[in-house]
Amino acid sequence: MHIDKLEKNWAGISLGIAGLFVAVILGSAFFHGIHAPSNVETIDSAKLHLSAEFAEDKLGVQRNPNGSVTVRMVAGRYGFYPKDLTLPAETAITFRWVSLDVIHGVHMPMTNMSTMIVPGYVAQVTTELHHAGDYPLLCNEYCGMGHAHMWSNIKVVSKAQWDALNTQGGANHG
Amino acid sequence: MDNAVEKKLALTHFWVAFGAFGLAAVMGLYQVIERSGFFGFLESREVYYASVSTHGVLMGFVLTTFFIMGFGYYVANTTLKLPVWNKTFAWTGFGVALTGVVLAALPLLLGQASVLFTFYPPLMAHPIFYIGATLLVVGSWFWCVSMIVMYMQWKKANPGQPVPLAMFATTANAILWLWTSAGVATEVLFQLIPWALGWIDTIDAGLARTLFAWTLHPIVYFWLIPTYTAFYTLVPKQAGGFLFSDEMARAAFILLVVFSLPIGFHHLYMDPEQAHGWKILHAVGTFVVTLPTFITGFTVIASLEIAGRLNGGKGLFGWIATLPWNNPMVLAIILGLLMLIFGGFGGLVNASYAMNAMVHNTAWISGHFHLIFGGTTIIMYFGIAYYFWPILTGKSLYCPSMAIAQLWSWFIGMVIMTTPWHILGLLGQPRRIDSVNYNNLLTISWEPYEVTMIFGGLILVISAGMLVYNLYKTQLGSESYQGEVEYAEPIHAVKDLPGYLNSFTLWNVIIGVFMLIAFGYPILQFFLMETFGSGRWGV
Repeated sequence: MHIDKLEKNWAGISLGIAGLFVAVILGSAFFHGIHAPSNVETIDSAKLHLSAEFAEDKLGVQRNPNGSVTVRMVAGRYGFYPKDLTLPAETAITFRWVSLDVIHGVHMPMTNMSTMIVPGYVAQVTTELHHAGDYPLLCNEYCGMGHAHMWSNIKVVSKAQWDALNTQGGANHG
Repeated sequence: MDNAVEKKLALTHFWVAFGAFGLAAVMGLYQVIERSGFFGFLESREVYYASVSTHGVLMGFVLTTFFIMGFGYYVANTTLKLPVWNKTFAWTGFGVALTGVVLAALPLLLGQASVLFTFYPPLMAHPIFYIGATLLVVGSWFWCVSMIVMYMQWKKANPGQPVPLAMFATTANAILWLWTSAGVATEVLFQLIPWALGWIDTIDAGLARTLFAWTLHPIVYFWLIPTYTAFYTLVPKQAGGFLFSDEMARAAFILLVVFSLPIGFHHLYMDPEQAHGWKILHAVGTFVVTLPTFITGFTVIASLEIAGRLNGGKGLFGWIATLPWNNPMVLAIILGLLMLIFGGFGGLVNASYAMNAMVHNTAWISGHFHLIFGGTTIIMYFGIAYYFWPILTGKSLYCPSMAIAQLWSWFIGMVIMTTPWHILGLLGQPRRIDSVNYNNLLTISWEPYEVTMIFGGLILVISAGMLVYNLYKTQLGSESYQGEVEYAEPIHAVKDLPGYLNSFTLWNVIIGVFMLIAFGYPILQFFLMETFGSGRWGV
């Protein structure tokens, strides 16, 4: 069998390139905790209205004692509910998403808030939003004829503004 | 060698492939125009999604499967110098697959199967769609059996001899496809069909996505292997040179088959139903499968350099200018490699576990696979067609200069169409939308790109028309042509080939172990935890 020296060198370089990429990914995953949403938690999508966590009055923004925020949202044709939210910048936010019908996907452009929402499962994403502004939440998986009409709105404000809104009791328009 | 029947078999498969391609290309143009929103009278989401679903099925499943089958039969016949085994069996496979296509086309065109080619349940299509898709796959299994039988016939008659490289690659693809299609076949037979027919009431969307992910990655290598086969075994000869290394080519094909299979979870990075440890495992495998492509890039460019220098090219890059740019197959590989560089870069972004969150399910993804599949893979199908058509029909190519113009226009059209998609993806545009309705200022930044993509689509449709017209006129032509496929010789003759580079037995065992590790528990978990299925949802 004949393998040229150049080929051996190139195979080594290729292995090095792939190895470098893998090392960066593993480093960011295990040392910085940067993971894709993967919590493997099941839920009966047909009974969300009866569930302890995702019944209508439980949806929206919840402030946690440690200063973090949990957002509970239901995706359904064609919107993410509640439709309008105001969230604080520079705060750990955990989004918990469920679908009441088919598969949806959701992302906030220019942020890394992105997940698939698969019926039967709870999708969870934890992130921080750094820039104040008006963001759309867009459905990014084909879910039916109204797919392109499926969106909701998130307003990101500074932490101080958000705290002020909350004391006045108006942050969650849900 | 009298191979009139083999020629007819290959040509018939190719015509189904390119017929589907022509139709799907026209639908593609309609889609970019409709979704731009500039032509109000064209807007219809019902027609749009029926069109997108049909376009995906025709390009992804029909063009590819029939092209691969036709190419495989003729490669087996001409490399092994054996008649195609059991021609009735081969024609039966063709008939089953074609019946499947016709059955699936009915609900697709009637808007009863607008679930896109990924058919993610609980969206439900008409049962005939799933049955048709199944028959297409079953028909392709006939081809797999034919390829494996012919490979074994030859090995038995030539013990210890290296299997000709093109046939080695084709057999690798047949084996790859049997492993690959098992995932979606399980989904369709045990989930979708019983559910669509009402035998079971609910379906687990998480399990269905996991099974589809089993198929969704290696299927692109099933599509790509004929392209790589041409890169290694046809192009060097057409360019006027030799293959740089036969052994490394075999190693690359084996790596492609083994490592493209256990890595499908990079399609599920953003999914809630699989844990992150499994996703990371598949992410590592995804980077391993870049190796055979790196090796292929090196070997085929080295082969082209040999040809360029034999043609008188001097200096570091002088050999590029002396390549026969007016040979369709050589031009196809040059343009294909250019698109592979950019498409491959995008692929590395997608494969990067966490970075993928920025582009997941945006227009970037449509741009990526149109560039690397519609670009690199398909442009080589064109190159092969221009080379094979005179051989199969016995008529000279109708218009060689039109072939060259067609390849250039395909490349230019693809760049003009996919660059805006990549940018739109970074600007947050979701994929698979029929119109832009969002109540947000961000969408204003999308408009120039919506215009640009129409020009890309227009160029691509003209290019597709030139291809089909040229092939059609060739067949009707009067100028006769005598010739047979010529395969490239390696610069070093293959001798003392170790058994593991000439047989798939060991590799099948390794694949089995890898698949058990990569998919065993992730599938089993759905039966161990309490899950809640979904009912039937229309579109």
